[in-house]
Parts: sequence; structure tokens; C-alpha cells
Amino acid sequence: MKQGMATREAYGHTLVALGRENPNIVVLDADLSKSTMTKLFAEEFPDRFFDAGVAEQNMVGMAAGLASCGKIVFASSFAVFLPGRCFDQLRMSVAYSQMNVKVAASHSGLTVGEDGASHQSIEDLALIRSLPGFRIIVPADEVASAWATRTAASVVGPMYLRLGRPKSLIVYENGHDFVLGKAVRLLDGDDATIIANGRMLAEALQAAAICRDKGIAVRVLDMHTVEPLDREAVKDAAMETGAVVVAEEHLLNGGTGSAVALVLAEEYPVPIEFVAIKQAFGQSGDPASLLKAYGLTADDIVAAVEKAIARKRQIVSVRRGS
Amino acid sequence: MRAQSSAAFRAVCAKRLVKRKNGSADIDKNKRTSGLPSVSIDELERIALTVRRHIIVMTGKAGSGHPGGSLSAVEIVTSLLFAVMRHDPTDPRWPARDRLVLSKGHAAPVLYAALAEAGYFPVEWLESLRKLGSPLQGHPDMHRTPGVEMSTGSLGQGLSMAVGMALAGMLDKSDYRVFAIIGDGESDEGQIWEAAMAAAHYRLGNLVAVLDYNGLQIDGPNKQVMSIEPVADKWRSFGWHVVEVDGHDFRQLLDAFAQAESKKGQPTMIVARTVKGKGVSFMENVVDFHGKAPTVEQVESALRELSSPITGNGAR
Repeated sequence: MKQGMATREAYGHTLVALGRENPNIVVLDADLSKSTMTKLFAEEFPDRFFDAGVAEQNMVGMAAGLASCGKIVFASSFAVFLPGRCFDQLRMSVAYSQMNVKVAASHSGLTVGEDGASHQSIEDLALIRSLPGFRIIVPADEVASAWATRTAASVVGPMYLRLGRPKSLIVYENGHDFVLGKAVRLLDGDDATIIANGRMLAEALQAAAICRDKGIAVRVLDMHTVEPLDREAVKDAAMETGAVVVAEEHLLNGGTGSAVALVLAEEYPVPIEFVAIKQAFGQSGDPASLLKAYGLTADDIVAAVEKAIARKRQIVSVRRGS
Repeated sequence: MRAQSSAAFRAVCAKRLVKRKNGSADIDKNKRTSGLPSVSIDELERIALTVRRHIIVMTGKAGSGHPGGSLSAVEIVTSLLFAVMRHDPTDPRWPARDRLVLSKGHAAPVLYAALAEAGYFPVEWLESLRKLGSPLQGHPDMHRTPGVEMSTGSLGQGLSMAVGMALAGMLDKSDYRVFAIIGDGESDEGQIWEAAMAAAHYRLGNLVAVLDYNGLQIDGPNKQVMSIEPVADKWRSFGWHVVEVDGHDFRQLLDAFAQAESKKGQPTMIVARTVKGKGVSFMENVVDFHGKAPTVEQVESALRELSSPITGNGAR
């Protein structure tokens, strides 16, 4: 896989394109526009860009007020501050009020890297998933991020985009036809399914290649939309492969894995394994070392696949009474 | 037991509003004048009395709610909806309307009572306050109640929303004005001061905030719980034009709103000194009536007191 732009960069470029097409688009930031890449929009459309300063709570309120007057509002900061710093504001001013506000949070997950635990948002999906009305997209690469940004602008209502700091590996060809709420089946196989999103999709694809060499055929799903979750794809994966692994750059509690597990429990329980951060905070380090230290590599996914398949076989043999 | 209705007044308002809306000269940017023309102070005082009676009856019926901070804001809300703001009860989402955000959302009863009197919904709705399925939630809900501009209730957020609305007005080159009512206890919230900074930074002359300064919050007097003084100086130092008034005196309030309108490129804060529980002797300055409804006997006794208009001279 080739290296492309970071998802935050694709977001910034797409915002500019959207700004040219639609004068109703307004962008807010909280003194991080050079990092979230909203500076690109600010440079071209200074009248439609408002910096809130280091005041995320007020930024969310301003976003709600602008949206109430018909603006399509993108508000950006680091995921650790947005939603972390302003959960109540997102709950009251955006979710409960059903405002057309797009929360685009960059620097999500451990791969923020050297800044350490204070800046590594590994709980943002849990927060946003708890708010009714928020749609959630976790794009894996620049192509997916550009689509996610355009989708945010065109779909009315609160939306959360989970973006990353490091360059991402390119998974998709330009112009890939994504559908909100529909997982993408990137590889097929009968032995198990890996469900992943964001940074972990590239790891999942590498894991699938390792599995193939070991004679294990896995299905890989890009669960780019976490809300609404593609229940059908999850159910089909369970019925057709009998074992599921969810890989994400997020805490075990409250992330994509929790959402998938809920669907399996309700629809078709099969063994499920989680490649996610166990209940712990991050620390400083380069992204690759961090992923390794916290068990978020392709090898970890392979181990989880093997475990899930072993559990599946155990259940089958118990059922057969052998 | 229902409070007297000012249906006649509402009809007059509606007619004037429609005229203003259709006659383009009336909403011409250059000729824009404050809200409804020539409402007499006597009329406003009569409406305020009706609004007070509604607050007592509706919180009494609900058996819960926030009468104290509703009664303190009666003249503020009445001034806005009946004399200052450009709005149309028959068209709550009229794009050019002035906006009112009740940031201290727990004072929902005063807003509901005034909206009903202005003709946004039937006065009968007031009796459903806080009941399951009611359009009148315990705190304002923009999607359930016509005329409620923004959902509020978690303190400190409304002023930020108002800043956003004012920015949108600026972007759209629309001449609507945005009003936000905040509480003194609410002023403890850091977000209020974030919004204060942003409003001055973006030179929002179309934004007016009113501080309902009744001096009491849930745990006691501001002075004991968390001092906000010198509050007028704070707002001045944040770059706002500040006017201090007796928040129960319509003349002072209307003057302050007119002054605010003449300020260009600078937001205005009206520090309105008020009395919590104003108009009902046994509720005035009583901390407990922040979030406690009157009993049946107290409702009767309060309504006896609220039989003739009070004039604004009771502020501290």
C-alpha cells in the first residue's frame, strides 16, 4: 500500500472545495487550524472562518447558533478536546438541539504519538456514540476522508468525523463509491471476519495477507460508519464466517467493537475478539512503537483471528458432542 | 384560576407585526426601529402582571419548577417580546426575526407565559407544564415549543449560541438582533466568559445580553456561593457596552435596549438588578423558591397579591 495524505489533510482540502461550491459552509476552529488543516479554508474564505481561540465550549455553542440560522458548520479541534472538553455542549447545543453541526476531530487515537496521554483521544467514540442523533464516520485514508467530509456537508444533522494525525496508507482508489452506513467488503473469506476502521484498516489488510499465507481465509470489512452501524454486514459476517475480530484505535469500552458486539448479541452470537486498547491511558512514543506496545498491529490482529477461529471450532465440537 | 388574558393586545400585536413584515419600509435596514411601536408602559405592566399570574399557576399545577428566577425576569422578557423585538407569533421561524435565547433555561415558565400571551400557542398549554408529552418541557426545547429559539437548560451555553446567531446575521448582512438572558449564578460558568470574549472580539453590535441579577443562586446568595462582583466592570473590561438598570422598571429597560441598538460594533450587556420571586411577598428574596413550586394555598395567596400591576421600584 502506498502512503497518502493524513485524513486531516484530505479533510482540509475537501473543505476548501466545498467552500467554493457552497457559500453556506462556515468553519470554526479553536486555535489549532494549522493542525486540523482548517487553515486552508481560513486562507481562502476568511469571512467564513471563525477562530474561537482556545475555547472549545464556546466554539460548539457558536457552531450551534450559526447552524440554527441555516449555516452548515464544521467545527474542528483535537479529538481529546472535541468531544472531550465539551461533551455537555455537544449534548445540549448540538445533539439534543439537532443542529447541523459537523464535528471534525483530528489527532484521534494513540498515533498522535509523542505528545503523550494528555493528547491521545482513545475515548471519543464512546462519548459521541452515547449522543442520540450523531452520525459517526471513521475514514481510513485520504479518499475515504474526502468522501466523509462531503457527506458531512450534504447530510443534515449532527455528524462526527474521526480524523488522524499521521499519513495514512492508501486503501481506496479515487472516486470509490462509499455509502453512509454501509460497510465496504475489501476481502472475502470463510474462516473469520476482521472488522476495522480508521488507521486499523491498513493493519487489518496486512493481517489478512499474513492469514492467507497461513491458510486462513478472512473477510475484511471497513466499518467506516460507526453510527448508523451496518447491522446487515455484521450479521452476514457472523452467519457466513462464524468468527469476528474488531480492530480499532480506541478503548475497548464504548468503541466500534462494543457496537459490533451489541449487534452480534442481538442477532447472531458468534465468538468475537477485540483488538483495541484495554482500560489504560496512552503515553509518549512514535506511532509505530505505540501501536506495538498497545497490541494494535497486524500481528495482534492475526493472533485474535486465530483465537476467534479456535473458539468457533470449540463451540462446533461441543455441539457435536465430541 | 386562570390568569386574565390580554387577547385584545395580542390581536393588536399580530396586526402590527403583519404590517411590519409585509410593508418593506417597516423592516428597511435604515429605518429599523425597536420592535412593536408605541406600547404603553401601562400596557406592559398589565401584561407583566398576567405573566406573573401564569408563572404561579403553572408551577403550582406542575408541582415543580423554578418560580423565583422566572418572576425576577418578568419585566425583562415582557419588554423584549412586547416592545423591543421584531418577531411574528404566526411565523416563529421568520428568517429576519430577532432572536431571544433564554440561557438561564430554568426560567422557562416566564418565557412560556410571555410566548403564550404574545400568541405563539394557546394559553391553555401552560397548564401542561412538565407533564409527560407536554410541549412545555421543564427547560426550553426548541423542537417542541413554538417561539423557543434554542434548547437550553445546562447553564452557560446560551450566550455562545447567541454569539453564533449574531455571527450568522453579520454573514448574511441581515439586520436582526440577538438577545440572550443569563443568570447571575450562571455567570459562574467559564463558558459565559469565553462567549463574552468572542462577542467583543467579533464586534457583535447586533448582540444584547441581559443579566437577571437577582443575587441568589441555589446554594444561597451569590456573595456566599461565588462572588461575581464587580460584575459590570467585568463586562466592561471584556469590551462590552454596559448599562445598569432596575430590572423591574420598564422605562429603564426600554431605554437600555434603545441604547444597545444605537451601539455599533460592540455588544451590550444590560445588568438588570432584580428581586428573585418579585411580586409575591413570601417568595421575594427567598432562596428556596429557586426550584420549589408554590403549594395550593400559596398559589391562592400569591394570586391575591397579584391582582393589580406593580410598578418598578422594588430592586435592591
